[in-house]
Amino acid sequence: MSPASSETPAPLLSVRDLAVGFGRGPADREVVHGVGFEVQPRETLAIVGESGSGKTVTALSINRLIDHAGGRILRGRMLFRRGDQTDLDLAQAPPHEMRHIRGAEIGMIFQEPMTSLNPVHQVGHQIAESFVLHHGLSTRAALRRARDALDRVRIPDAERRMRDYPHQLSGGMRQRVMIAIALACAPRLLIADEPTTALDVTIQAQIVALLAQLRDEIGMAVIFITHDMGLVAEVADRVLVMRNGAVVERGELDRVFDRPSHPYTRELLDSVPHFRRGQAVRAPRDGDRPAAEPGHATPPAAGTGPAAAARTPVLSVRDLSVRFPVRAGLLRRVVGVVRAVDGVDFDLVAGETLAIVGESGCGKTTIARAILGLVRPARGAVSIARPAGDRQDATRIVQMVFQDPLASLNPRLTMRSLLAEPVIATGAGVGDATVDHMVELLRRVGLPRDCLDRYPHQFSGGERQRLCIARSLMTNPHVVILDEAVSALDVSIQAQVLDLLMELQAERGLAYLFISHDMAVVERVAHRVTVMFAGQVVEVGSAACVLARPAHSYTRRLIAAVPSVDRAQRRRHFALDTSEPPSLLRPADYEPPPAIWRRLEQDHVVRAET
Amino acid sequence: MNALHDLLSHPSGRIGGLILIVYLLLALAGIVALVPYDPVAQFPAARLQAPDAAHIMGTDLFGRDVFSRLAVGVRTSFVIAVASVAIAGLIGTVIGLLAAWWGSWRDSLLMRLMDVFLAFPAILLALLVVTVAGPGTLTTILAIAVVYTPIFARVARGPALSIKARDFVDAARTFGSSQFYILTRHLLLNLAAPLTVQATLALSWALLTEAALSFLGLGTQPPAPSLGLMLSESRNLMEFAPWLLAFPGLAIMLGVMGFNLLGDALRDVVDPRTRSARA
Repeated sequence: MSPASSETPAPLLSVRDLAVGFGRGPADREVVHGVGFEVQPRETLAIVGESGSGKTVTALSINRLIDHAGGRILRGRMLFRRGDQTDLDLAQAPPHEMRHIRGAEIGMIFQEPMTSLNPVHQVGHQIAESFVLHHGLSTRAALRRARDALDRVRIPDAERRMRDYPHQLSGGMRQRVMIAIALACAPRLLIADEPTTALDVTIQAQIVALLAQLRDEIGMAVIFITHDMGLVAEVADRVLVMRNGAVVERGELDRVFDRPSHPYTRELLDSVPHFRRGQAVRAPRDGDRPAAEPGHATPPAAGTGPAAAARTPVLSVRDLSVRFPVRAGLLRRVVGVVRAVDGVDFDLVAGETLAIVGESGCGKTTIARAILGLVRPARGAVSIARPAGDRQDATRIVQMVFQDPLASLNPRLTMRSLLAEPVIATGAGVGDATVDHMVELLRRVGLPRDCLDRYPHQFSGGERQRLCIARSLMTNPHVVILDEAVSALDVSIQAQVLDLLMELQAERGLAYLFISHDMAVVERVAHRVTVMFAGQVVEVGSAACVLARPAHSYTRRLIAAVPSVDRAQRRRHFALDTSEPPSLLRPADYEPPPAIWRRLEQDHVVRAET
Repeated sequence: MNALHDLLSHPSGRIGGLILIVYLLLALAGIVALVPYDPVAQFPAARLQAPDAAHIMGTDLFGRDVFSRLAVGVRTSFVIAVASVAIAGLIGTVIGLLAAWWGSWRDSLLMRLMDVFLAFPAILLALLVVTVAGPGTLTTILAIAVVYTPIFARVARGPALSIKARDFVDAARTFGSSQFYILTRHLLLNLAAPLTVQATLALSWALLTEAALSFLGLGTQPPAPSLGLMLSESRNLMEFAPWLLAFPGLAIMLGVMGFNLLGDALRDVVDPRTRSARA
């Protein structure tokens, strides 16, 4: 094979038949089986696949970090065209040569910027280190270059930020610093391994836009690894789809997305909940909510509408505020409060899904914790409707499903004990009826009876989340709070779990409080949407109204940032916005100005912006 | 069962386990008095005899059979070590668990109290307890328990703090589970592994501390045999009858080594990280 044929430009990287194994007998534990692809200069190749598809192992093999992760390259060639136009087989290159290649010619950014940065060094010095190592600059000159690098990744006030430590920066800022480090030596290839997965969607849009601009400025090629098909549509020139360590499809972005040739690619594209700007919302639940909308005055003048009583909520929250005191000084005096949740109202009706959307730190989860009594509200009330004659504890009526199913199951208990716990907590004994109930619920969520005596680690991620759902239903609750309940699952499993949730809702008339940052998922499950920003509700309405006609500037930004696989939306470029979210920290005696609400449609209100 | 298999396939686990089984048999022999001679009976005619067929470990200054005394001494040492570690483990775990669960000032209060105990050298603290309460088997047990309680409290508190912050504890709170249920099923169950390792290591220290106290004459009282006491009684005869020192000394050393090796192996077996590294 000649890497440089006469008519096409020579590829920057040409990988042929790459196989990687792990452990003592790497040949027996091969996880990447004969992967091949090419990367041309200045192009972006996206490697997509679900967890366990071998995409990260492939990427780590390119810069040979895989050697440090316990892996072995079993066979294959990875020809890399170096800056001096010589070809180097990265699979055979000796360690000292790889050390030079890494950073100088191949840069890499990782998923979690906090763990990739050293917490005890100022970020300026961490960037400067790269210049010292690869260019032999003096510390002073390197620091000057580091400041330029921070400017290049559009960090405002770079001079001051140089002296910050990683924990003083927000997630998006940290990822920018990581990019600055990776690009310090103007590499010719950048490997980005899920660089935005840990970030909020608006920050993700910013990082993706930044990467696109820098790619053009520096003229580097990018290998972008992700599980998010929407993101692929936004960034890639060409796509490589991986499954179980092998390539199932590769090609130009438009060809792969419009005419996928492999069934798995089609499955991936179909299972991704595509955000369709409010066109794919669930049918409004007419019938059981007659004429309720006019009176549904959730945030403004809560509960005063004449029809408010008509829709007897199972859960209603009024003027809920949660504050965390901030103490400082020798005497630990309260110097201010973080207003995590500030004057939130909503009602939840049986059989309805209310989605609370917003970015991390906006107070969504704090609301859930306040409803369940895990944090004490500073003000406001949570009232839970109980059926007549039911004197049981409110905890029986409201249950919660957490984001990470593995973390929310005690690893040392069998499923039988785990499922019994909510029942034991209500004070009831565990008898044959309880076990019958467990088996019935397991059957309902699609799991066999024999899993009662298994431990959590013996299930897959999707199965574990089904188990958590079954557990939350053990007490026959009326309200289930789903806190990012599908966010940690692979897309194909995510779709199944969402379907299960909607079926259960229809069967049992459950009310869901669906907390999520994923607009596409929200569009599929929500009847009504509440948008939160910085601890406050900024927009409320039916899902169709809010998602199709967002009125608040924040909602608009949130929706604009959602990646889409639609043809017209591919390879969008965002304007770079370097503003930071507002701080929630206020003086202890601060009172916000009263909210002014505007009604836009019958069931759509928005907070007036100041 | 799987853990036991892992433990026995671990080299230190195998050696440590073997030593301790031999000790257990020896101690059992001591308990049921299945020894060739009465350990306190004196035979003035057979003083200071070197090991031979009749007395496999020889005899001491009063003609008492060293092997019989050793077996009974091992029994005493074991009983004291196990009892004191059990008490220390129980109290220490409860203190550590509650400190972690309560947090804030109660946590600080309990743990600072533990720090005070920890600040004293082990032997000095034990000496203090024995001096106040008078020597004897029960006081020895108590003294050693006091010394090791803070260590268990610390070992329990650290992991308990991190487990407390995990989602499944939050989930349990959302069910409205009682504090007792959460503390026992969620926290304590997940502490079982580190506490088992700690208990094994503490047993070896307890064995040593008991020997030291007896050596100083503050543990087991003569004529009852104990390993530390046997060393103390024969230290002036080292030149004439080295076997009097060698056998109890060896017994202490091997016992401590056995527990330590077993503890090391347990730590490897219960820690999933080292387990996967060896796989």
